[in-house]
Amino acid sequence: MNYFYYPGCSLEGTAREYNLSTRSLMAALGAELMEIDGWACCGASAAHAESELLSWVLPARTLALAEKMGRERRENLDILVPCSACYLNLKKVSETARFDAGLLKKINTVLEEDGLIFENRLKVRHLLDVLTRDVDISDIEHRIHNRFTGFAMAPYYGCQCLRPYPVFDDPEKPVSMEKLIRLAGAAVHPWEMGGRCCGASHMTTHPETGRTLVSKILRAAREADAIVTVCPMCQMNLEGFQHKITKSGHDMPLVTILYLPQFLGMAMGLPEEDIRLDLNLSVTHDFRKKYQSLAAVLPSGARNSA
Amino acid sequence: MSPTAAHTVASVKEMIQACIQCGTCTGSCPNAFAMDHTPRQLWQMVMSGETRDVLSSETFILCSSCYYCTLRCPRGLPLTDAMAALTRLAKIEHPGAFKKSRVFYRQFLESVRRHGRVNESELMALFFLEMKNPVLPFQYAGMGIQFLRRKKISLPFSGKKGSGDRTDGLEKIFKKVRELENQA
Repeated sequence: MNYFYYPGCSLEGTAREYNLSTRSLMAALGAELMEIDGWACCGASAAHAESELLSWVLPARTLALAEKMGRERRENLDILVPCSACYLNLKKVSETARFDAGLLKKINTVLEEDGLIFENRLKVRHLLDVLTRDVDISDIEHRIHNRFTGFAMAPYYGCQCLRPYPVFDDPEKPVSMEKLIRLAGAAVHPWEMGGRCCGASHMTTHPETGRTLVSKILRAAREADAIVTVCPMCQMNLEGFQHKITKSGHDMPLVTILYLPQFLGMAMGLPEEDIRLDLNLSVTHDFRKKYQSLAAVLPSGARNSA
Repeated sequence: MSPTAAHTVASVKEMIQACIQCGTCTGSCPNAFAMDHTPRQLWQMVMSGETRDVLSSETFILCSSCYYCTLRCPRGLPLTDAMAALTRLAKIEHPGAFKKSRVFYRQFLESVRRHGRVNESELMALFFLEMKNPVLPFQYAGMGIQFLRRKKISLPFSGKKGSGDRTDGLEKIFKKVRELENQA
C-alpha cells in the first residue's frame, strides 16, 4: 500500500498540519508516501481564470513527473492527494485527456519543452478515498487507543472530492467518513451540510455571500463537538472567519474545526508534534477541556503505542 | 465585441444548447440567492444571443465551482465549465471591472512561474503593491497575523520556497503556452 504523494502548495504553508498529520497517519497504517519529485502548483483557480491551456498543462506536468518516477522505479503507484482542489485539477486533466486525444497531444506539445511526456497512466486518488477503500478497517480499529466517547463529530466533505466525479462516495449524500468517525469511538453528528459548498474564494472576492454560506454550515454544527474536514480551502473558510462572521451580525456558535487525519491521529495516539492542534485557527476551550479529560483516563503509555 | 469573444460565446452556446430550461441548476446553486440572474435565466440569455447582457451579468462570477448543477443537470451539460468560460471572457471584455481578481491571478501565476509553487506572503505583497490601494492590506491583516504567529507563512521575500532546479522547465512551459495561445 504505497503511493506517489502530491501535497500541493497549501499543505506546505497554511495547511501544514494537514500535511504532517496525513504523513504520520499513513506511516502508522504502514503506507509509504513518495513525494513527486519537482512537483509544481496544480494551477488552483488562477490558471483556469487566465488561460485554459495552462490550466490543463500545470496539473499534467505533475502527473508526467509522477509517471517518470514510476518508470525509474519500475512501479506504477496511485497518486495520493489530500487537497480537494488539487485532487480535482489533477483528476480532471486525467479524465478529460482520456477521451480527448487532441487535448493530450496539445499538452504534450507544451510538456516537450520541459523534456516531459504525459501518458495518462496513473490514478489520482483523494485521501478520503484511500482511507475508506484501500485501508483495511481493522488496521485502523486495532490502533485506536483513545476513544472519543461522548463526542459528536460532523463530517464535512465539501464539494470537489465528491463532484463532478463520483468516485468513492455518493455525491449527493456522502457517508464515507461516518465509519471512520465511529471507529474512533465518536458519534456522527446528524446533519445535511456535509456536501454543501463553503463558498470557496468568495470569502475574499464576495465576503458577504461567503459568510452567508459558512454561517449556515457552522449553525448546523451547533450541537456537534467539532467539524471534520478533508480540504484546506474548506478548513480555512470554516475556521478562519468565525469572529468576523459573528461580528457582521450572523448568529452562529464558535466551532472546533479539525482535519480528518488530525482527528484519527488523536484517536490513534499519534505524537502531538504530528497533529499540531496549535496550528488550527479554531479549537474551542470546551473541546480542549473535553479532550483533555478523555486523555486523562487513558491507560498509561497508550498515547505513544501506535 | 472582439472576434475571439464572439467565438467564445458561440462555444458556450454549443455547450448548453440541449438545455430544456428546467431550472434544476438554479434550484441546486448555493449562490443563486446572490446572483442578478439565476443560472437558468443566464442559459436562456446565452441561447437567445443576449451577449451584452450575459457579459455584464454577475452570475458566473458568483459560481463557486461546487459542481451541483453539473452533477444534477438532467441533460448532462457541463454547466460549471460553461460558467468558467464566461468568467474568462468577461475578464477580457471588461478588464476594469475585474481588476482585483485579474491582478491577483496574474501575480499568483507569476509566483508559480518563478518558484513552481505559490509563496503566499510574496504573492500578497506583490498583489498589494500592484493594486496601490493603501486600505486593501488591512482587509487581510487579521488572517495574516494568525498565520505568521503559527509560522504558516514567512515574511515576504525572506526566503526561498519552491521546486528548486525544475523552475527552468516551467519558464519554458509558460512561454510555449503563450506562444500557442497567440497563434489561436
